[in-house]
Amino acid sequence: MPGTTALIRARGLTKRFGNFTAVDGIDFELSRGEAFGFLGPNGAGKSSTMRMIGCVSPPTAGTLSIFGLDPVADGPAIRARLGVVPQEDTLDVELTVRENLLVYGRYFGLSRPVIRERSARLLDFVQLADRQDDLVEPLSGGMKRRLTIARSLINEPEALLLDEPTTGLDPQARHAVWDRLFRLKRQGVTLVLTTHYMDEAEQLCDRLVVMDGGRIAAEGSPRELIERYSTPEVLELRFDPGVHENAAEKLAGVPAQRREVLADRVLLYVPDGDAALAGVRSLGLEPLTSLVRRSTLEDVFLRLTGRRLED
Amino acid sequence: MAWSPAVRSPAVRQLRFWLTNYRRTWRGSIYSSVLSPLLYLGAMGLGLGTLVDAHGTTRLGGVSYLVFLAPGLLAATAMQTAVGECTYPVFGSVKWNKTYQAAVASPLRPADLFHGHQLFVALRLTMNCAIFLAVAAAFGAVRSPWAIAALPVAILTGVAFATPVEAWSVTRTKDTSLSVIYRFGLIPLFLFSGTFFPVTQLPAWIRPVAYLTPLWHGVALCRALLLGTASLPMALEHVGYLTALAIAGVAWGGRTYRRRLYV
Repeated sequence: MPGTTALIRARGLTKRFGNFTAVDGIDFELSRGEAFGFLGPNGAGKSSTMRMIGCVSPPTAGTLSIFGLDPVADGPAIRARLGVVPQEDTLDVELTVRENLLVYGRYFGLSRPVIRERSARLLDFVQLADRQDDLVEPLSGGMKRRLTIARSLINEPEALLLDEPTTGLDPQARHAVWDRLFRLKRQGVTLVLTTHYMDEAEQLCDRLVVMDGGRIAAEGSPRELIERYSTPEVLELRFDPGVHENAAEKLAGVPAQRREVLADRVLLYVPDGDAALAGVRSLGLEPLTSLVRRSTLEDVFLRLTGRRLED
Repeated sequence: MAWSPAVRSPAVRQLRFWLTNYRRTWRGSIYSSVLSPLLYLGAMGLGLGTLVDAHGTTRLGGVSYLVFLAPGLLAATAMQTAVGECTYPVFGSVKWNKTYQAAVASPLRPADLFHGHQLFVALRLTMNCAIFLAVAAAFGAVRSPWAIAALPVAILTGVAFATPVEAWSVTRTKDTSLSVIYRFGLIPLFLFSGTFFPVTQLPAWIRPVAYLTPLWHGVALCRALLLGTASLPMALEHVGYLTALAIAGVAWGGRTYRRRLYV
């Protein structure tokens, strides 16, 4: 491909289902070795984008190139070089852990000895070696996720696509998955992931786009986005329900870059949270609880869309 | 690259998936493949057959009811095997296990999944029809060495059902709609396509419908081969009809698979 070193490049990428536009003309580019994220709430168009990159969903309009190839014409050749961890588990629950890897390795035309050697290594990596001859059905959600990750690596992919990799997992299982993904990232595997968890995006992504309603609202590294769209600190205040209603009005006297009145809290975006809290108190307002914290991607999202991520 | 030197055809890779799966259930499936002809040929062929034979069998072509029935059941077994393999297992691969969605994320294309499963169905048809023929021979229901040619004809009959039924099954979004094919397809065909009695026993106005059904073509040719009365033109006619249906199903399934899995 002349004039591009991008591993994946999209221009005006669009996906429509009937009258519904799931992805509305987005542009992005990502290069080898990056960990790139699509952050957004459910229905933002993240999964549709992922499916187009995975060459199982032809774009309605725009251009998409993966490894310099066209996903519609060269789907099998591109997929041979991708690993995919879908949002829903698609393991064969009637087969054993190892048989799942065997079947999947064969899809890539790998020989049995190659699959056997890689399966042993990958099951070690995802900490399932002791379950290799067990059926998949009784495994926990976290184990199934980890097996799906192992399966996605059987062809030693150049890029790994992860669609909501930890949705539905309990916190402990989620951290186990993050740990494995972080190791892959350190090994130089290109990660492309979608998530509606801002902590997941902050932990794993070098660069991300914030998606909402099928469009890209902002792009950058987590730190850049926070610097650009938020303040260094956030003061979170809770008041009695009676006071809460008029809080915004009363807090107008406290200098803040931005105020957000949520259903249960008031957020003040300020350079110095403690100073702002002192200001609140000097107005004679005593919050039930107060918290000074650093800005997160959640704040970026709130600023960009006026909504919270996980609603 | 991660490709082995001996890259297998994509459809064969999918066939091997079904074979891996089948390793779990093959014992039970062989058991029912043997038991079912034993039961049918015993109850209908021998039990009911004694009553039928006592009234004279000129309308059956002068052979005993058992001999008349066996080739009909052979073709019907092929149909049942094909429809059984091409409905719930296919639907489940899209809706329940989602193994098809997993497979299309690999280099396999939707058509490869379709063809791979059809290869597996052809193997299952070969097994079940061969077992049926062996049991029928043991019952003394085989009258001609041409019976050996009834094996590929029965398999073809199954394939003529398998390709269009599978093409349709993959489009379904609710498993309840699969039962329609059993209620309005499989059971009427089983009963009225010449399996248990000659189609000439039906009222004249409905006979053309029976002649259009693929099962009738399979039954007619299997019967002629087992009795040793087949002629080349009639064989070509039946084989041609069944082949055309099978090919139409392959073409249709290539489209329905793609539409379902490339969303």
